[in-house]
Amino acid sequence: MSQSTLVVAQASTTEVPAPAPAQGGAAPATTEGTGAEGGHGGFPPMDAHSFPSQIFWLVIFFALLYLLMSKVALPRMETVLKNRHKAIESDLSKASALKRETEAAIQHYEKSLADARANAQGIATETRAKVAAEIETERSALEKTLSAKLAEADSRISATKAKAMQDVNEVAAETAAEIVSALTGATVSKEQAAKAIAGLKG
Amino acid sequence: MANPIDPIHQFRLHDIAGPWNIAGYEISFTNSSLFMGIIVAFVTLFLLASAARGALVPGRLQSVGEIWYEFIHNMVRNVLGNEGKAFFPLVFTIFSFVLVANMLGMFPYFFTVTSHVVVTATLAVFVILLVVAVGIARHGLGWFKLFVPSGVPMAILPFISLIEVISFLSRPVSLGLRLFGNMLAGHIVLKVFAGFVVLLASMGIGGIIGSIAPLGMAVALTALEFLVAFLQAFVFAILTCVYLNDALHTHH
Repeated sequence: MSQSTLVVAQASTTEVPAPAPAQGGAAPATTEGTGAEGGHGGFPPMDAHSFPSQIFWLVIFFALLYLLMSKVALPRMETVLKNRHKAIESDLSKASALKRETEAAIQHYEKSLADARANAQGIATETRAKVAAEIETERSALEKTLSAKLAEADSRISATKAKAMQDVNEVAAETAAEIVSALTGATVSKEQAAKAIAGLKG
Repeated sequence: MANPIDPIHQFRLHDIAGPWNIAGYEISFTNSSLFMGIIVAFVTLFLLASAARGALVPGRLQSVGEIWYEFIHNMVRNVLGNEGKAFFPLVFTIFSFVLVANMLGMFPYFFTVTSHVVVTATLAVFVILLVVAVGIARHGLGWFKLFVPSGVPMAILPFISLIEVISFLSRPVSLGLRLFGNMLAGHIVLKVFAGFVVLLASMGIGGIIGSIAPLGMAVALTALEFLVAFLQAFVFAILTCVYLNDALHTHH
């Protein structure tokens, strides 16, 4: 829509300033050439004789430039810039995707590291518990054998002791009988002597 | 050709082809027309060459073309908003035409198209007529409320409206004369100082030493004129955008 208004406005420019040279008087009468080679003397930028030619060519070349810009040059520039924009955008999104992937990999690695650490810790505790239990059973087994041996030794000692006491009594009875016979000449049997000793002891 | 350092000589027109007439009007192909053609060819070829490779990482030529494109693209988008897209090619054409016309004028012996008031006035009138056409197409006759501000007492309303109309009508005048005046005055001053150099240097050894001052001035003015050449093209383009904005977004 604005395209059509442009053309309308452009066309109207040719008409609006056109009356200027008409006021300039008898210009077209002298077909001498625009601003003719210093012929008119006046200040060239204000010389109304040259106005129609300048306006005419300005409109033509300006319209030509507008067409070339809007139809050819600017769309090409836009394509180039758009392509760059797209390339940068896709690169950025690719980079962010890669970054996300990297982060996931790092997270995964850290998780497996933590898993392994926990695993190792579990194995260590388990081993420690097992070893401790083994040590405990061995110790208790050893203690049991030792206490058994101790009890056996104890009983042997007390047996030996009892036996020794018995032997002492016998020796005492014999000695007592012999002492009695030696002192009194009376024969005392072993049993009597033993009885007498037992009575003493009592 | 009597005076080779006549500062006005550079603005003279002469026929290259012609004289031709259409309906009694003289439309000969002059040096001005030739330079208009050169402007069109230069802008078109430059942009086509710039966009030809379409490389992802632009080279120098492509960078300049893209900066040129984006400069006007951003200007249109900032001033006119999204609706202004349709006017981008037009504003780009106006800017490029004026810019290249001004820049070509900086070369010695080249003709400056924009140093003639009729060229700048035609462009300015075209812009204002376009503004009116777009305004009426968008808002109908209600667009003329632009000249009748709301909330103004009835007593002074005609007076205010008159001022509004005058201010609107003075836009094409200021738009055209600003560009014309800058280009004309800059080129005359430049030529005058350069003329001093030639005049003084022809006066012997003392004159040659004395000509250093105007030579330095001419060099400095050349730099300034390049700035002015760009600035005036920019001003013309952005004022076009601002006036079009009035047509697109009329606030009552």
